[in-house]
Amino acid sequence: MDDIILDVQNLKKYFPIRGGVFQHTVGYVKAVDGISFQLKRGETLGIVGESGCGKSTAGRTILRLHEITGGKVLFNGKDIAKLSKKELRKKRLEMQMVFQDPYSSLNPRMTVGQIIGEALIDHKLMDKNQAKEKVEEIMEVCGLPSYYINRYPHEFSGGQRQRIGIARALVLDPQFVICDEPVSALDVSIQSQIINLLGDLQKERNFSYIFISHDLSVVEYISNRVAVMYLGNIVELADKNEIFDNPLHPYTKALMSAIPVPDPTRKRERIILSGDLPSPSNPPSGCKFRTRCPMACDKCAKEAPEYRDIGGGHFVACHLV
Amino acid sequence: MGKYIVRRLLLMIPILVGVSFIVFLLVASLPGDAVSAHMAGKISPEKLEQNRALLGLDQPVLTRYFNWLGNAIQGNFGTSITYKIPVTEVIGNFVWNSFLLAVVAFVLELLIAIPVGVVSAVKQYSIFDNASTVFCFAVISLPSFFLAMILRFVFSVKLGIFPLDGMETAGVSYTGMQHIGDVAMHMVLPVICLTLLSVGSTTRYVRTSMLEVIRQDYVRTARAKGLPERVVIYKHALKNGMIPIVTFVGGALPSLFAGAMITETIFAWPGIGKVFLDSIGQRDYLFMMGFTMFLAVLVMVGNLLSDILYGVVDPRIRLK
Repeated sequence: MDDIILDVQNLKKYFPIRGGVFQHTVGYVKAVDGISFQLKRGETLGIVGESGCGKSTAGRTILRLHEITGGKVLFNGKDIAKLSKKELRKKRLEMQMVFQDPYSSLNPRMTVGQIIGEALIDHKLMDKNQAKEKVEEIMEVCGLPSYYINRYPHEFSGGQRQRIGIARALVLDPQFVICDEPVSALDVSIQSQIINLLGDLQKERNFSYIFISHDLSVVEYISNRVAVMYLGNIVELADKNEIFDNPLHPYTKALMSAIPVPDPTRKRERIILSGDLPSPSNPPSGCKFRTRCPMACDKCAKEAPEYRDIGGGHFVACHLV
Repeated sequence: MGKYIVRRLLLMIPILVGVSFIVFLLVASLPGDAVSAHMAGKISPEKLEQNRALLGLDQPVLTRYFNWLGNAIQGNFGTSITYKIPVTEVIGNFVWNSFLLAVVAFVLELLIAIPVGVVSAVKQYSIFDNASTVFCFAVISLPSFFLAMILRFVFSVKLGIFPLDGMETAGVSYTGMQHIGDVAMHMVLPVICLTLLSVGSTTRYVRTSMLEVIRQDYVRTARAKGLPERVVIYKHALKNGMIPIVTFVGGALPSLFAGAMITETIFAWPGIGKVFLDSIGQRDYLFMMGFTMFLAVLVMVGNLLSDILYGVVDPRIRLK
């Protein structure tokens, strides 16, 4: 079990809803409602799901960028939820994040060199000259000419900015990186460059990724295993080939059937889900998916299905499987 | 950059001419004139007319305007009818008294508003934030004359800590440090009054600006780097949050010299605001014109200054 770098156990993140005259808590948005998975060293785990299903919140909560409501996040056996602020700051060096929007996630008043090198200097890992060398080195690795070091973020294109975001995360030599939709703000032509860059860097440095995306083809390309989230829960998790070839959960089936196939003659069966995503502050009883599930039965309304391993590391949460 | 400044300065000329024309028409349309304000009822109507002719007030408005403009271009803004000395000298005599009050109040305002606004934003909806919100709206709602009267009543009449009004104690002539101390004591109440009047809105301004920045993605990026919260707030957030405040500081330049008409009048402070208010009553149109032009120049220089400062603090809009 040595190669497990991250063990997430029943992780929860609830956001309080405040209301009334005195702004007291009147309810909770259950953005992440008990998810569990393990991440191996050197592995890429894709997390997919539609907008608002809690993918990004899950990523941020694992890094404790949001305070954790419940559950455990064991990083190399240490529970992140229990770290003091000081310990957490040190641990942050080992777990980094590439953010979704490269236009807003870089401080507009700092140069690229300052953005990438700041953590190195602040954590006293090296002095200014060493940091500058390291920054230039990582910029070249990420495909940015190092003479851009004194430029400001607004002088770059979207793809270049995302490279800055990646360089910023990797300069600290982290053990795992959460990529929160790193390519969804970019043009398709740039997307493949960035994804290949992420893949190459992983081969060189052997770190683990959690790759959050709503784009199934991107996830299929980069991931070893894939988790499907719906309304704050993981409904299915399996090896990439297994989940794409043999999806078991009705929601996963519907998602898979929505992948466009570049062949106009091929007939395929589309499962169209009706209705909207229910509110995470007031989710349906029993199985949260039952309101949109084409196969829902009485049992689904009464009991929440257990999230269980049906063999070969294929996890699924559905009564009908 | 140099070219940009020259262009902006040249652009001021037509604007100033336009401003002067409109203000001159407005001043001329006031009922009565300097002669009737000073001497009506004291001398015969024929004498009044003679005096008018002497001051050139009997000529048509347009003729008077172009006479004034011709002189003003040569740097001659005329002689104040009330003070019998050149307008520029009147401004020079009184403006520094106003500046003294305004600059101290302005510095105090920033020293209070920025930290309070920042803490309010960082701890939104905390007790501190709610208390500061109540305080801000309370002082925003207070009219200056009411606040000034309360301050005078409590601290001067009842407690006797500070002098009631004026700038120096009458009848004594202090020198050196004693003089400075005397003026400082006289300044306290008007400065408190001016600071309170403006600190509320500035605090809210800083708070809003900071709240906007704190929610930005790059602040989360800074946290993800493992930086201490202090660095996240004061280096990443505050630096960006202060960008709009810089415009505000540039825009405050004219108000430093404009004088506070009501506050200065209530505290009998010999400032330019009080002089200007008096000059309206006296229909001293040359002083009104001269001082308005002075303010117009300051407003434009203030705008130019804040545009330049904007470029200094925000690399995104730095001029090439």
